[in-house]
Amino acid sequence: MRLGLVIDLDVCVGCHACAIACKEWNASGTTAPLTDYQPYGAEPSGVWFNRIRSYEVGEYPNNKTINFPMSCMHCEDADCVTVCPTGASYKRAEDGIVLVDQNKCMGCNYCSWACPYGARELDRESGTMKKCTLCVDRIYDQQIPMEERQPACVLTCPAHARMFGDLDDPNSAVSSVVRERGGYQLMPELGYNPTNHYLPVRKAKPIPTENLGKPGFKDKIKGIANRIVKR
Amino acid sequence: MHPAFSVIFFTVSSGAGFGLFALLYLTDLFGLSGGLPIEQKLVAGALALVLVAAGLASSMFHLANPKNAWRAFNRFRTSWLSREGVFAMAFYPFAIIYLGLTWLVVPELEVLRLTAGALATLLAWITLFSTGMIYGCLKTIRQWNSPLVPANYLTLGHFTGALLLLAVAGHGSVVLTGYVSLVLALLVVAASLKAIYYFWIAGPGAGPTIKTATGFTRGTVRLLDTGHTHGTFLTQEFGFQVARQFSLVLKAFVFVAGFVMPALILTLGGDVSVAIYAAAVTALLGMVAERWLFFAEARHVINLYHGAQHC
Ligand code: SF4
Ligand code: SF4
Repeated sequence: MRLGLVIDLDVCVGCHACAIACKEWNASGTTAPLTDYQPYGAEPSGVWFNRIRSYEVGEYPNNKTINFPMSCMHCEDADCVTVCPTGASYKRAEDGIVLVDQNKCMGCNYCSWACPYGARELDRESGTMKKCTLCVDRIYDQQIPMEERQPACVLTCPAHARMFGDLDDPNSAVSSVVRERGGYQLMPELGYNPTNHYLPVRKAKPIPTENLGKPGFKDKIKGIANRIVKR
Repeated sequence: MHPAFSVIFFTVSSGAGFGLFALLYLTDLFGLSGGLPIEQKLVAGALALVLVAAGLASSMFHLANPKNAWRAFNRFRTSWLSREGVFAMAFYPFAIIYLGLTWLVVPELEVLRLTAGALATLLAWITLFSTGMIYGCLKTIRQWNSPLVPANYLTLGHFTGALLLLAVAGHGSVVLTGYVSLVLALLVVAASLKAIYYFWIAGPGAGPTIKTATGFTRGTVRLLDTGHTHGTFLTQEFGFQVARQFSLVLKAFVFVAGFVMPALILTLGGDVSVAIYAAAVTALLGMVAERWLFFAEARHVINLYHGAQHC
């Protein structure tokens, strides 16, 4: 089994809801707490498992804003695990989830140097490395209804830009959507073979803005009303 | 990369210590200039052990959670950091046997003394190599991912070690020319390798770009928003950048203080022990600058997500 996320870049609206839900759930999860430094001060900062950045791709007028959420990719060949001297970082054989044993970590930062995706952040308060657990304490929880046994980010995403499942199983929903939409991995040339995949932005037909034709009777009435009623 | 002083001190100090020990053993084995008197061998050996220990102790200050440091020997099979720790620890008993027998002078145990010294020297070399590989094995940092990195650690450690050996030798009756030549030979090798390294990292290199990092390979990609209001662990640890102009000045300093000054002092000043100390001090200052730059110039691929076009 190779559990991971598939993120649809065409759909993500960059609302940061997944990041907030992640912080909320994991602040009381296996790697808790996730310290905030100066939360109300001049330089607020803190530990997050999930960060959303925005990029502009292409040149005007064919440019597009793409929101880009990133968390741990739970790589197949995870150097973060091989470089860890203490054995605190490990990859679970049964489902491929990469975790940090908080009782073993000595806070040397070496794993964060080895991760190309910036998935690991040192918690200065506890002195240990923290990272996305894929909500391991939620997806296996027998107490909650079956359909809620998903990572907090997936459950909360209002745009349904995130999917969770087994990328080893070719028949799973995540595997099919990766196949159909040409899902890809980030920085494949480094050879980490990340489990998480990204779905590219769909080619959209441009919406015509010229030659819209003459306004009809209804549009004329609307236009007059708009001119009369001042907002 | 953020240059942490504890790591800089650690690699300079333990590098010089391991280099000093290896050269002490080799000059002892081959009797360079008739060999050092026993007291000087002991002083050099003790200095080496202290430098290595000081370096290892300093590296502890880099840990956010040092109470778990003892676990660092756990992943010998995969982690160069773990290997370095194990080899450094294994070095001590052999080095102590060698120095102990040097002190006691037991003719029947000469073979044991030399064998222990040889094993300690081998372990010193492997440890230095492992230190270099801690950085050399990282695919995420192009400026480090090269065999030149462990080669630099080995040669610079031996060069500074040779200077310290010369400083110790300068206090006795031995003829110093052999030791001076040793320093100069290592200086030339170390300086050449460092120059090659600087030329190599100056090139653009073929690594990941912002396009492969995001997968938007068709058009230009520009960062609009990092998604955080202030710095994060990622920007603190990996965002450090050194101005090109400043790095050129520092490189000049590395070569002038690290190599040119010691070479001039030793060829002109000769045997005077004050001159030798001066050479050792300026070389070590040069090495600190070299190590600082080694970190400051390293650019982690995470910077691609923060807007860098290539690393
Ligand atoms: S994304 Fe980084 S932390 Fe996660 S498995 Fe890959 S290398 Fe390790
Ligand atoms: S910071 Fe912790 S988890 Fe990371 S390499 Fe060091 S000991 Fe391992």
